Amino acid sequence: MPPIEARPRADATGGSRKGRMRARVAVLSLLFGVVLAVIPAPAPAAPAEAPLPPSGLIWHDIPNDAGRAVALEWKPSPQDSVHRVTTYVIERATSPGGPWSFVDSVAAEAHAKRDQSVHRDIEYFYRVTAAGPGGRTPALSITGPVIAKSEWLNRTRWSVMVAIAMFFAFVLWFIAQAQTGKKPFVRRIPGIDAIEEAVGRATEMGRPVLFMPGIRDINDIQTVAGLVILESVARLTAKYETPIAVPVAYPIPFAIAQEAVKSGYLHAGRPEQYDPMSVRFISPEQFAYVASVTGTIMRERPAAHIFMGAFYAESLLLAETGFSTGAIQVAGTANVHQLPFFVVACDYTLIGEELYAASAYLSGDPRLVGSLKGGDLLKVAVIIAIIVGCLLETTNHHWLTQWMKTQ
Amino acid sequence: MKRELPLFITAVVGLLMILSFFVPHQAVSVPSDFLQQCALILRAFGYVLGGVNVLLVNFDGIYKRQPGWVYKIVLVTTLIATVVVGAVEGPGFLNPHTRSKWIYDNIYSNMQATMFALLAFFIASAAFRAFRIRTTEAGLLAVAALIVMLGRVPLSNALTNWLPEWARLQSLQEWIMVFPQNAAKRAILMGAALGVMATGLRVILGLERAYLGGED
Amino acid sequence: MSLVTALEKLDRRWIFLTIGLLVLLPLLFPLALPLYVSPPVRSFVEAVDSIPDGSRVLMSCDYDPGSIPEMVPMTRTALRHLLDKKCKIVITVLWNGGPGLVDRIVRQVVEHEYPDRQYGVDYVNLGYKAGDEAVMVLMGQGIVNAFPRDYHGNDTRTMPIMQGVRDYTSFPMLVNISGGYPGTKEWVQQVQARFHLPMVAGVTAVSAPEYYPYLQSHQILGLLGGMAGAAEYEKARGEKGSATRGMDAQSLAHYFVAVCILLGNVVQWSKRRRPAP
Repeated sequence: MPPIEARPRADATGGSRKGRMRARVAVLSLLFGVVLAVIPAPAPAAPAEAPLPPSGLIWHDIPNDAGRAVALEWKPSPQDSVHRVTTYVIERATSPGGPWSFVDSVAAEAHAKRDQSVHRDIEYFYRVTAAGPGGRTPALSITGPVIAKSEWLNRTRWSVMVAIAMFFAFVLWFIAQAQTGKKPFVRRIPGIDAIEEAVGRATEMGRPVLFMPGIRDINDIQTVAGLVILESVARLTAKYETPIAVPVAYPIPFAIAQEAVKSGYLHAGRPEQYDPMSVRFISPEQFAYVASVTGTIMRERPAAHIFMGAFYAESLLLAETGFSTGAIQVAGTANVHQLPFFVVACDYTLIGEELYAASAYLSGDPRLVGSLKGGDLLKVAVIIAIIVGCLLETTNHHWLTQWMKTQ
Repeated sequence: MKRELPLFITAVVGLLMILSFFVPHQAVSVPSDFLQQCALILRAFGYVLGGVNVLLVNFDGIYKRQPGWVYKIVLVTTLIATVVVGAVEGPGFLNPHTRSKWIYDNIYSNMQATMFALLAFFIASAAFRAFRIRTTEAGLLAVAALIVMLGRVPLSNALTNWLPEWARLQSLQEWIMVFPQNAAKRAILMGAALGVMATGLRVILGLERAYLGGED
Repeated sequence: MSLVTALEKLDRRWIFLTIGLLVLLPLLFPLALPLYVSPPVRSFVEAVDSIPDGSRVLMSCDYDPGSIPEMVPMTRTALRHLLDKKCKIVITVLWNGGPGLVDRIVRQVVEHEYPDRQYGVDYVNLGYKAGDEAVMVLMGQGIVNAFPRDYHGNDTRTMPIMQGVRDYTSFPMLVNISGGYPGTKEWVQQVQARFHLPMVAGVTAVSAPEYYPYLQSHQILGLLGGMAGAAEYEKARGEKGSATRGMDAQSLAHYFVAVCILLGNVVQWSKRRRPAP
């Protein structure tokens, strides 16, 4: 504050305006200084206190696991709702006295946490600490010993186990029936019957057969189904002495395709005609595979194209290119979103499970056909479950839905 | 033993993997996790096998001067060049400004996109050539396809904005997607899933042996 | 030659030329057709909005350059959506042709539009790991164990963004942008069903119908279907990206395909009515 200086009063008879201004400023400054001297300065803020501790920490073992998780719950700090708590810190030790290691932290207002880093059958002790701007306050007690146990059965998957048990039972029953000489009836599948027609046509035209077992790796069951069909097709091509070309996208199906084609020639009694170069590894890259196969189609002009397996965006590229060469085309896939393209562009299409039925249908083996019947019977059971389930839900009974929920 | 041993291994491993879905205990989960890791490693090694076959088939084609043998030279050269460049550049081979990144950005990406773009042309020609209404069901399919195809694009909003909301193409398309399409899709998915189970069971039980090759 | 005969004998290259022009011209001369946000896309937006600000989110970009027109706009808009909420993003790629492309997109969005965000602190690209569903299961046992190094070869254990990340429980949501296999279906089967991780998905138009059952059962909380879904997402966010621009071309292409179907059937009906020679 500038010092207040007294100034001589202006002459009474004609004192200057400036002088009167200065006097007013001086008086106001004096008053301001008095006010500041009287009112005390605000005291510095007192340091915030640490929040009150949480309490009531309880635990339970997470069920249906391999003993790798426990669930913790606690009662919040009484000061949780007034924002004195920002986080709860969970710590763990293998003995009541520590040493404590940090597990995790959760935001205030959360009062539960799963610890998924425990080892089974080891005793742990837990404590929860409330942390806030004023510091940390551990709970007044610790909880333990906490032991995570490994379980032998996931009880939430009963419904799946029942369905699989029913399926196994149906299939084994029909296989046993088939072994007594009773061959179950299977309706005609025109797409599969067309395979022999396609191979025959290729033989007449003196051009090869092109077979694609899909563009997925062996972990996709459609590729397995495709490779099984390949063995039957190879038998036909061996019987008719027609060349076969099999471009494959992945290395393991490539090795299996070689075995399948060799086996087909062997079973047809023509092992000497087997050409190892008929099966070619192309590329796991989708469009590199497509570019290679469409190039093969345009150059070698196979008369029959058989697409059996998992296909994606390349399905229409292959089918339209094949159509432009005048080939007969038979396709089968369980990739529902590609079915429309095959249906439109190919002469015959196997839809969904018809692809999986093809191997049983082609071989005619009663045991394989029996497995088809088992699957069909389980489908009837599923339909009944859907109808019953819808009725129960409509009448507000939820036990079937709850039982079928899995984790 | 040549066929019995692989069938036995298939059966044991298949049953173990099914069991691992129901039994969380470490006696089952640890071996099944280990087997899954082994599968990853096996698949990676399989690429060596595949690469050797690519070279064998194409060298054979070049040697025999098969039709298009010049393109086989291009394929082999680019395959070897890409592998060598990537190997020389090491783990960061796809970092910015590497040669591998240049190949990826300027050759691989563009060629992939080009091949995918061909679909647009083929869809139009397939629609003209092959989508024929010969039966009542095909007619229903065509109507549904037209509604969904046209309802998905903003031009339909502009053209049918004057209609009540339920009658607009977009609303009709949504209804078809949520109700009849969904129902049919679920049915096909369930059927296909049962087919997967049946095929898997046939492989595990050793009924399906074609993939093993050789004599029965 | 009558029109029907001309159509019967039509060289398909005329069809190719027409569709090429119908796609090219709107890209050069936009029509700016109005967009409407459909319920699955609205659900996607609401689900992402419900993520608490500042959370760490898992984003899996499972596609390669073949699906750029559909997947890249979704990825960009989703990244902006999450970054606007100040979320930290952990990115994985399960397609071996994808990591370079995804890395480029992420860098384009973050470095140009969010220069204050730091790699390794606010976002990380863990890159590609072979194994498809096995990788998803492995991540459930520990993300850092599944990806000890990120796309650039850095140690993920030392990264600030990965501190405290254990498994799927460390994330409130999975944002999956998927072009096929492995993708959304595998994430639902292996991760959502087992770990109950909430997820939203962006998929190609051709496979979108396959995911409506999952949307109806709330296993997926929101769904973007193809470039149309990406354009609707952009509209919902008030953006005008490449998907919005592409919808004009897609509109004309769809209408042309519809015309092709009708003309093809006109030819067929005319042939049936024509008396046999």
